[in-house]
Amino acid sequence: MTLPDRWEMVVGLEVHTELKTTTKMFCGCANEFGAEPNTNICPVCLGLPGSLPVLNVRAVDLAMAIGFALHSTIASSTFHRKNYFYPDMPKDFQISQYDLPINSGGYLDLPDGSRVTVERAHLEEDTGKSTHLGGSGRIHGAERSLVDYNRSGVPLVEIVSGPDIRSSAQARAYASELRGILIATGASDGRMEEGSMRIDANVSVRRPGDPLGTRCEIKNLNSLRSLHRAIDYEALRQIELIDAGGTVRQETRHWDESLGATSTMRTKEEAEDYRYFREPDLVDLVPDPAWQERVRAGLGAMPAQRRATLRARLSDATSSQLDALEVVVDLGFDDLVLAAIDAGIDPTLAMARAANELASGIDHVGNLTTEAFTTTLAMEQSGELSATQAKTVLLELLEHGGDPRKIAKDKGFEQLSSGSLGATVEALIKQHPEEWTRFAEGDEKLAQFFIGQVMKSTKGQANGKAVIAELQSRR
Amino acid sequence: MAPLRREDVAKVAKLARLKLSEAELDQFTEQLGQVLEHANDIAALNLEGVVATAHPFGLINVVREDELRPSLSRDAVLAMAPDAEDGRFGVPRIMGEAP
Repeated sequence: MTLPDRWEMVVGLEVHTELKTTTKMFCGCANEFGAEPNTNICPVCLGLPGSLPVLNVRAVDLAMAIGFALHSTIASSTFHRKNYFYPDMPKDFQISQYDLPINSGGYLDLPDGSRVTVERAHLEEDTGKSTHLGGSGRIHGAERSLVDYNRSGVPLVEIVSGPDIRSSAQARAYASELRGILIATGASDGRMEEGSMRIDANVSVRRPGDPLGTRCEIKNLNSLRSLHRAIDYEALRQIELIDAGGTVRQETRHWDESLGATSTMRTKEEAEDYRYFREPDLVDLVPDPAWQERVRAGLGAMPAQRRATLRARLSDATSSQLDALEVVVDLGFDDLVLAAIDAGIDPTLAMARAANELASGIDHVGNLTTEAFTTTLAMEQSGELSATQAKTVLLELLEHGGDPRKIAKDKGFEQLSSGSLGATVEALIKQHPEEWTRFAEGDEKLAQFFIGQVMKSTKGQANGKAVIAELQSRR
Repeated sequence: MAPLRREDVAKVAKLARLKLSEAELDQFTEQLGQVLEHANDIAALNLEGVVATAHPFGLINVVREDELRPSLSRDAVLAMAPDAEDGRFGVPRIMGEAP
């Protein structure tokens, strides 16, 4: 979307990502999405008197991994209590980092070449989950709320960008690239639909070159689509307001996906004063150089570098291959594709099978070994399997794992591709002598006729190239 | 540091959801004022080269391994709650929003 002439939007994002730990940030309860309500709770995450938090070392490792990936400075940090009265935190405060975050500064380069600075990426704990009964289902007007504390105390990292973003498309690209990095570091599963990555957007508008305008913060955007739409809506709302002679009030706003609009949640005057103070039950976190180095050494390549590595192997990449490139790297199939190319598989074939068949079976991809993937594609490439057969073998490998040669044999694919294809072609030539004569005399169009007949009698399981080879050998 | 005013105490009390009587406001303004005065005494010293004390113990990096520990029984916990429904804690109508 383009804004009206001589307006620009200024956007900064706060991305909250839940960390992929086994347990919560300050206690040994499971960090688990989708468990029965209130089954992962203990005195610490319920804030019972006398309970004491102890920091999860894995959460620190993952926070530092994010810091390294974002080129941040990792420093000594402390924890604070952010005090507020809201039943999603039974302690009446959230443990967070305030003036001394673990990661300060940094940046993220986007695929379009732009750079967005990162101000900080700090550790904090997630809150419980409330369901509001009565009224509209939203908080205002609810008569009573029910709270599940399974999420209370789950480790989070909040990544705060600078006000560097100038369009909703750039905001989306930033969130998407950041999501890729969070997955690549192992910090997050990136599942926005499960709330493991949530975004707040600070939006203001101005004439280019003017000082920053008054900003509004849109809370809890939980899909890239919502992010994109909410920012566009909010920027236009502010421009229309100013054009009509009004002024933007600094406030927190709520995005309603079904209405496609933002609305006031609370104004600056109502804003909370969180009375931050040092969390007396937690000591300083001072990651020494050896600890930092251990985390840094364990980091794999980030998406931008992985795209470049794969791109270098696709010498004459078509535009569809380049489109597939992002999908393949996003889904983490680039190592499989690179291994297949190394083994002599046509890059086009490897990319196509990864971006389509593997992507469709993403949940089971753990069952597929590099060797099985490469072997299946080699069989397809040599004509031993047709494209349809190769896809069937891949889907079976995704579902149950195993040996592609055995799967092909069990499904009767190998038999067809060797002797029986010749026999099928032989039989069809006898059934269609006129067509065969015309083909033998050089009418190449008749090859398609025979391929069609072979496909019909083999129920689509023959390989077109192999059929042509059989026809040519009998000419 | 400017002296503590009665309205500062009233504001902090409001933030902490404490309902103070007029007499209590006077009392706490005086008492808390004395605490802050003590901070002023320290601020008046020459503290150049003295590192800020973040915690009375000299400990750093107290962490635990990412290992599961048993959670509490939900039934036992909810039995202690004033209100529960559907495996969850029932709470009165919420006026604010999570930060």
